[in-house]
Amino acid sequence: MKEKIKIASGQGFWGDLIDAPYHQVTKGDIDYLVMDYLAEVTMSILQKQKNKNPELGYAKDIPELMKRILPIIKDKNIKVITNGGGVNPVACANAVLQAAKNLGIKNLKIGVVLGDNIKDNLDELILEGAELKNMESNEPIELVKDKILSANVYFGAFPIVEALEKGADIIITGRTTDTGLTLAPMIYEFGWKNTDYNLLSAGTVAGHILECGAQSSGGNFLGDWQSIPNMAEIGFPVAEAYPNGDVIITKHPNTGGRISFETVAEQLLYEIGDPKSYITPDCIADFTSIKLQDMGNDKVKVYDVKGFPETQFYKVSCSYADGFSAVSSLTYSWPQALTKAKAADEILRKRLANLNLQFDEIRTEFVGYNSTHGPLAKELDEDEINEIVLRIGVRSHDYSSVERFGKEIAPLILTGPPSVTGFAGGRPKPSEVVAYWPALIDKKFVKPIITIMEL
Amino acid sequence: MRKIKLIEIAHGRSGDKGDAANVGIIAYDDNGYKIIEKYLTAEKVKKHFEGICFGKVERFELPNLRALNFLLHNTLGGGGTVSLKHDAQGKTLAAALLRMELEFENNNPEI
Repeated sequence: MKEKIKIASGQGFWGDLIDAPYHQVTKGDIDYLVMDYLAEVTMSILQKQKNKNPELGYAKDIPELMKRILPIIKDKNIKVITNGGGVNPVACANAVLQAAKNLGIKNLKIGVVLGDNIKDNLDELILEGAELKNMESNEPIELVKDKILSANVYFGAFPIVEALEKGADIIITGRTTDTGLTLAPMIYEFGWKNTDYNLLSAGTVAGHILECGAQSSGGNFLGDWQSIPNMAEIGFPVAEAYPNGDVIITKHPNTGGRISFETVAEQLLYEIGDPKSYITPDCIADFTSIKLQDMGNDKVKVYDVKGFPETQFYKVSCSYADGFSAVSSLTYSWPQALTKAKAADEILRKRLANLNLQFDEIRTEFVGYNSTHGPLAKELDEDEINEIVLRIGVRSHDYSSVERFGKEIAPLILTGPPSVTGFAGGRPKPSEVVAYWPALIDKKFVKPIITIMEL
Repeated sequence: MRKIKLIEIAHGRSGDKGDAANVGIIAYDDNGYKIIEKYLTAEKVKKHFEGICFGKVERFELPNLRALNFLLHNTLGGGGTVSLKHDAQGKTLAAALLRMELEFENNNPEI
């Protein structure tokens, strides 16, 4: 057994710093590079891409990135784990194999985790007794079944562990929990069992710290953010994991950012609910048991994590089409910028009403005044306001209403209050609203499938 | 009465969980945690977010991190991709909570 392993976070979301994974494999020694590409909305986008072209449906950044880092990871024996396979992990693996071939690389094993995508067998599963009712509202799935764009089960760490056991150098999955990507190599390297709940929870907590990239190393830090050094070259977090579940969060030397009690604590609180019950397919971690020790020099020790047995369910995330929306904006300058923006909003709303259009919601916000803190925004002395952006959005199940809204914005420039600009992007087009249907499914209904594709 | 601006004793981070926002507030030191643990109640947070949070507010304690976690239900205009809000994911709500001024009797020798 290895005495310790180093797991590096390479992406916090699809669209994160493109060079981050490259820096993680070059600026220091690591054993694993883990990359989370999937937000909830990503799955529906990928499913739409795959519907148009069966060769797509995965994070297209991956083959590009692998072309750049494959020689390095082969040389340094770094394994890569990512959920960027989206709704088409096989196509993603093929693209990576092609990239490897072009580089003249031999002996590459890619582990592919499938079975999470249940979109095409929903009817079957429902017949077998999987209810898939909305876990928040308790409504039956039949309400949205015909409008479903994507449906994926969240797998945990163990399918990845199986791929590692089969000798995979790179593992590409579909919908896997962000935390599972980091936990898996710990289970594999240290021989943790699926009943070692404290250890599984320790790895899960490390995964939560890594899953949003630099959000734990000084990015988006609400404490003394101006004291964070060299954010331009911010180092992404690295978890140094030990067999007893202790983890030291750090980052490569000579990189920007900071790892401290404060930066790690902020990330631990990100997007959590009841901290005593952080539920994953692998375990339930108790975030109130986590101990943090700031060791200085960008090292924070995370230890003493406690956890409980997993539930018998996987979480399912379905996305479905739920109407259309459009958002547009106009910028008003001093004098009376806010008054002008408010007047323009009133004029627009009157015109929309006169047209008898159907909207589920019309929302107006004044950027520069109240778009983030709403009623908490401080009253402003109008003379002190240099400019205000009027931001207005509509949502409707009637496409033509949303389309017509888009045609009513630009006219405000010549038919409304003065000193207005900022309408350069053309008429806003209606975009499809994608809504979410979170559900639970008994684990007996779905089985992960692990295959190895190799060169 | 003693008045303390929350931003002087705590920092935090917020994000989305469906149509709910989570707002984590972390005290800079143990004394600060004693203050927020005692005086930053779910009721006060609910009132603070009047006109923003239209559901209940749940409060959870993490003394190990000197932190409280609040779940603000029915807050993000439908959540994620449905919401028309500029801040559809509630990313700025931790800062919004730090605007709060806590007022309390200064008769607690521990604080």
